[in-house]
Amino acid sequence: MTTDVIDDQSEHDSHDGEHHDHKMTGLKRWLYTTNHKDIGSMYLWFSFIMFLTGGVMALVIRAELFQPGLQIVEPDFFNQMTTVHGLIMVFGAIMPAFTGLANWMIPMMVGAPDMALPRLNNWSFWILPFAFAILLSSFFMESGAPNFGWTFYAPLSTTYSNGSTAFFVFAVHIMGISSIMGAINIVVTIMNMRAPGMTYMKMPLFVWTFFITAYLLIAVMPVLAGTVTMVLTDTYFGTSFFDAAGGGDPVMFQHIFWFFGHPEVYIMILPAFGIVSTTIPAFSRKPLFGYTSMVYATASIAFLSFIVWAHHMFTTGMPLFGELFFMYCTMLIAVPTGVKVFNWAATMWRGSLSFETPMLFSIAFVILFTIGGFSGLMLAMTPVDFQYHDTYFVVAHFHYVLVTGSLFSIFAGAYYWLPKWTGYMYNDTLSKWHFWCSLISVNLLFFPMHFLGLAGMPRRIPDYALQFADFNKWVSIGGFAFGISQLIFLVLVIKCIKGGEKAPMKPWDGAEGLEWTVPSPAPYHTFTTPPKID
Amino acid sequence: MTNGESQNKLSKQAQAKTHNASVKKTVKKLMLIVFGMFGFGFAMVPLYDVFCDITGLNGKTSNVAASYNVKSIDTERTITVQFLTRTAKGIPWKFEPMVNEVKVHPGERKTVKFYAKNESTSDIVGQAVPSVSPGRAAVYFQKIECFCFNSQPLKASEDVEMGLQFYVDLDIPDDVSTITLSYTLYDITSSVDS
Repeated sequence: MTTDVIDDQSEHDSHDGEHHDHKMTGLKRWLYTTNHKDIGSMYLWFSFIMFLTGGVMALVIRAELFQPGLQIVEPDFFNQMTTVHGLIMVFGAIMPAFTGLANWMIPMMVGAPDMALPRLNNWSFWILPFAFAILLSSFFMESGAPNFGWTFYAPLSTTYSNGSTAFFVFAVHIMGISSIMGAINIVVTIMNMRAPGMTYMKMPLFVWTFFITAYLLIAVMPVLAGTVTMVLTDTYFGTSFFDAAGGGDPVMFQHIFWFFGHPEVYIMILPAFGIVSTTIPAFSRKPLFGYTSMVYATASIAFLSFIVWAHHMFTTGMPLFGELFFMYCTMLIAVPTGVKVFNWAATMWRGSLSFETPMLFSIAFVILFTIGGFSGLMLAMTPVDFQYHDTYFVVAHFHYVLVTGSLFSIFAGAYYWLPKWTGYMYNDTLSKWHFWCSLISVNLLFFPMHFLGLAGMPRRIPDYALQFADFNKWVSIGGFAFGISQLIFLVLVIKCIKGGEKAPMKPWDGAEGLEWTVPSPAPYHTFTTPPKID
Repeated sequence: MTNGESQNKLSKQAQAKTHNASVKKTVKKLMLIVFGMFGFGFAMVPLYDVFCDITGLNGKTSNVAASYNVKSIDTERTITVQFLTRTAKGIPWKFEPMVNEVKVHPGERKTVKFYAKNESTSDIVGQAVPSVSPGRAAVYFQKIECFCFNSQPLKASEDVEMGLQFYVDLDIPDDVSTITLSYTLYDITSSVDS
């Protein structure tokens, strides 16, 4: 396979006038760049900054909940914290991190010189900081930031809005446009830019999961845009989509929102499946067990995600048939997800395992994500959901799938490809510290929440009954420990960019894929001549 | 440049052209999905209404007066119909049922009265919106006459007795023995003026 043959002639021809033979310098390089690696790095840095921002908000929440009673913040500000924490973590941290990984890795994995639409790529990144600037600016307004929960249920976000709805809606619109453009770019790249010989079923599973995720984004982000538009016109322009006085229905809000919301959940976890399906085979020194079944399982999960939305709404007074339908469909999702978990276990079975940091995060992902999946199954059961609904059990569930699921997979991916990105090996000791501190603190943070929820502590409250005090104290301690642990990662990444032991072309002996056939760090342009795949 | 090289270059240009065409085609298809799904979000609004109209799922009752042409009255069964009233935020009216509950046989016609008084010093137009619980009883609860079919203007300090004439359909499921009818009263003065 040819590695990075810079052939000037093909460079000019294949780029259609879109060539950077030399990088621009300074700020302009980052503002004008159409290079997928630059844009990928910007996405990853942006998401990490947002992760720390949303994390600080989580710590405000945990500081207030350290003891019963109101000590630190007012209830209204507490609500703003829970709302913006959710919005930032979903739209600012997890999703851009995945888009960043997609930008960096997909062209290299399919043997393409860049993303198919490089200018669109630049734009879809650069509108994101503006979206979050609008959202965060509402903290400095008289009315304060959105306080109606990241799910912005009407009438909380319409009739009872504190005046931040317009900021919220425009911010979400911009985030949505950014995601849609990013997703279109991913689909077009995968469909048109694969190296000769790379058929769909020869694509790495990482590429498959992003392919399916991008389709989910294209299908549901416009529905979110429609929902926020209805909220906007209900609040400011006198429509009554969700207002019973004008013939609307607030329950309909939940239907439309969760029609977006449930596929959104899978948008945040399918790429995680792709990452660990890359790392686990590499450190087991075995090919991925059941590749084809993994592809079909991913597609089934994506399909099922469209017909389970009302399991978020069991307590709204649905008819029995509806409750049964959504309960069974939800439980059905456990089947393809189970296929995946068993495939990862089977990949590790009798492999020559080694436990480098990416593998540690991947194994933690498999175990802890499964715990989150099981609590999801419990929530899927309609009768018991009446008890769990809107309690800390729900908070525990989705933090297990999003933090120890999605976030841990992002760490696994970052540790796996960091040598390829920077050209240096990272400090192994620091990375192990990061892993073990995160692992212990994250469980201290989220596991007791299950008990709190089962005991009846409602979510989104700044104060609570005395009997919940002990668990909340431990949860808060875990929260601060987890937050501080992430600074280890920041230090590690900065050190790794500055220097260290030179990384070879393929630092992991079991790693497979085209990205390991180019030097480390990956040159600014890779695969200007497409590689041949047998 | 030799002949072979320039031919090679030509074919590369042709390749780039077909590549660009297929990229454009894919983008167009995907944009169609985007706009289609944006429309679908809004289409869910009428779809939801139609779905609820047919099934009565969300307890919405019909906005059209039912005609009373029931052939028999099922005296074997007795249904308790309870009345609840609520005023929405911002409407300074007193609004309450004059009886809290009545017992009716399926098919039997019944009239009840509601009392409303504008307790403010300005003229207000009110609109009552009904909702039935359990939701699946909504399609069997037939209103022959209802003050909720029209808006109700009241001058400052004026009061009114408003009538509701209804019957419960003979086909009402056997396990429903109590129906709760709830009215929420909204201030619609501003939308009537404009």
